[in-house]
This record gives sequence, structure tokens and C-alpha cells, in this order.
Amino acid sequence: MAGSHHISRRDFIKITTAAVGTVIGAAIGLPSIAYLIDPALKAGKTDAWMPLGKLENFEVGKPTLATFTRSKVNGWEKSVNSYGVFVLRTSDTETLVLSNKCTHLGCHVNWNADKQEYICPCHDAQFGINGEVLGGPPPRPLDRYSGDQVKVEDGTLLIHFLEG
Amino acid sequence: MWNKLFAWLDERLALNDLYKATLDRPEPKGNWWNTLGSASLFLFLLQGATGIFLSVYYTPSPDHAYDSIQYIMNGVAFGWLIRGIHHWGASVMVLVVFVHMLRVFVTASYKYPRELTWLIGVGLLLCTLGMGFTGYLLPWNQKAYWATTVATSIAGSVPWIGSFIQKALRGGTDLSALTLSRFFAAHIWMLPAVLTGLIGVHLFLIIKHGESEFPGKDD
Repeated sequence: MAGSHHISRRDFIKITTAAVGTVIGAAIGLPSIAYLIDPALKAGKTDAWMPLGKLENFEVGKPTLATFTRSKVNGWEKSVNSYGVFVLRTSDTETLVLSNKCTHLGCHVNWNADKQEYICPCHDAQFGINGEVLGGPPPRPLDRYSGDQVKVEDGTLLIHFLEG
Repeated sequence: MWNKLFAWLDERLALNDLYKATLDRPEPKGNWWNTLGSASLFLFLLQGATGIFLSVYYTPSPDHAYDSIQYIMNGVAFGWLIRGIHHWGASVMVLVVFVHMLRVFVTASYKYPRELTWLIGVGLLLCTLGMGFTGYLLPWNQKAYWATTVATSIAGSVPWIGSFIQKALRGGTDLSALTLSRFFAAHIWMLPAVLTGLIGVHLFLIIKHGESEFPGKDD
């Protein structure tokens, strides 16, 4: 060490100041980045298996509305939204679940038993019993839950709901 | 390459002159008491930075102010750190600014030609206290609410114009959403703007006049 490196008083102060400044800057700066991007990192999955009720309570061949609510927490704000689906048991073992949200502009469709059609009150869209478009402005059939998105556990019908 | 780039910038921005005038200026013999002004400036910048970060999540409304701070403390990564620095930094800043003022008084540094530096410093002290006063209400908890109730009542005890001052501070007869939002506006816009301007002049005067010599035994 002795005599190998001479460092002037000025340079020592400069280097020390820069080092201390860097440490303080990093100690505050790095947590600040985590602080700012935190909500983006936490925006997790919003899907869940929603129970719709006992399967035996749904009549075979007749679409029945089942409703449920989901709550969502954004920071300090909590919002609760309700959703509805039509459950149609096509047979004792087969079940078709359709979203009641019209694919045109999102109004809630109603089942009309006389016409055997789903009718949207907003722009008179018509869907068949399996959700296919019969008339009106909708671009695609009603969203459906089928296959591995529907299951029955202990006699309760559940759907795999993706929206938060 | 870098030298050429620096020379190009220096010719246009006078970087060397700036450096000499601000950081390489002649100083009287070093003394730790002379660092309190720089410490105040550092704390101001720290409060500014953490305050800006807090405003990302804080909501100045009676419905959400308390909840948004709970969220900062418990929900956001390092929210406790950012708010902790802002909270304690505020107290330390008042303390450091006050001790800085005492030092200037004791060493008689406020005398010719630095009278205006002193006067502006008084404005800076008042603004700092104003920041503490307005910031104290923002958590909107019991302590904040009643402290501001008491403090604005004290302002209301001024003869003749007291009740007007009280109403102007509260934005009405009672503490309300209006009080919270006007304290917030004062805390993040009005007082910082005044502080920034005064600090600019304060620093210019310090660079213009240089720092005063520490009084010796003969003074």
C-alpha cells in the first residue's frame, strides 16, 4: 500500500462524494422503480370456477338464467359486478351454458319461451337456443361454456369464468 | 472523442464556468455548520422526489385519502419506504432549516451584503413550515383532522379578520373535502413553486457573495 497510490485530497473528496451519492441514489432509486411498476406486476389472474347451483335444479330442455357476482379490488377501490348465464341441460348428462351478454353491444339478452329464441332488448337481436345468430346486428354467436369449461362437482354445476 | 464532445457542449453551455462558479468557488475555512444549507437543499429535493412518488397513489378526497395511504403502506412494494422517507424527511427538514437559521444568526452572516439572503431565508423557513402544516392534513386520520381543526381555529383568533382567514383556510366554515383539496393544492403546487423560486434566488445570492467567514476571537 505505502506510497504505491497517491491520491490528492480533492480527488478523494470527489470519489467519496460520488460513491456516497451513488449509494443514496440507488437506495432510493431502485425501490422507487419497484414502487412505480408494482400494480403491473400484481395484475394477476382473474379466472375462477363459479358455482351456478345444483344441477338437478335446472330443468332439461329449458334455458334457465343463473346469476353470480364477482368482486374486484383495484388498489383501495373495490367494485362488485354481476354476471348472468343461461344454463340449458340438453340431456341428463350434457349441459350447455351461454353468456347472457349480447355479442353486439353487451346488453343482456332474455329467453323468449314462445318464440324459442334469445332476444336482445337493445337492438332486437335474435339468437337460437344454442346461441347461434338468427337475425339482427350481432357479429357472432353468444359466448358459450362447454367441454372442459363446465364441470359438475358433488352435484353442483360450475363454469370456468375468465373475466374478472 | 469524449473530449471533443465535451468541448463542443462546453463551448455552448459553459459547463466549466458553471462548475467553477457553483462547486469550485473559493470558500472560507471549512466548518460543518456551513453544510446545513446544502443539507436543507438535499432534503428539499428528497421531499420533492418522494412527494412526486406518493402522488402516484394518493387521492386527495375524504372518501379515499385514508384508504389510499393504507394502500401505499401495505399494498405497494416499498410504499412504506417512500412514505417513511417523506414523513421523517419532513420533520428533519424543519429541524435542519431551523438550525441553519440559528447558525446564520449566531455567526452574524446576515449582515451586509447578505441581508437579502437572510430575508429570502425567512421566506423559505415560512414556506417549509407551511409545507409541514398542509402536509399534516393529507393522511386524513383523526390526528390530522383535529390538528388542522385546532390550527385553523388559532388562525381564526386574529382580531377583526380572523373568521375570514379561518374560512379562507378551510374553504368554508367547517373542515371538509374543500379543505383537503385546497391543502393538497397548496402542498404540491403553490408552496413548492414558491420554494423553488426562492431557493433559486437564495442560491444565486450565495454564489454571488460567497460564504461569510466564521467569526474569530477578535470579532
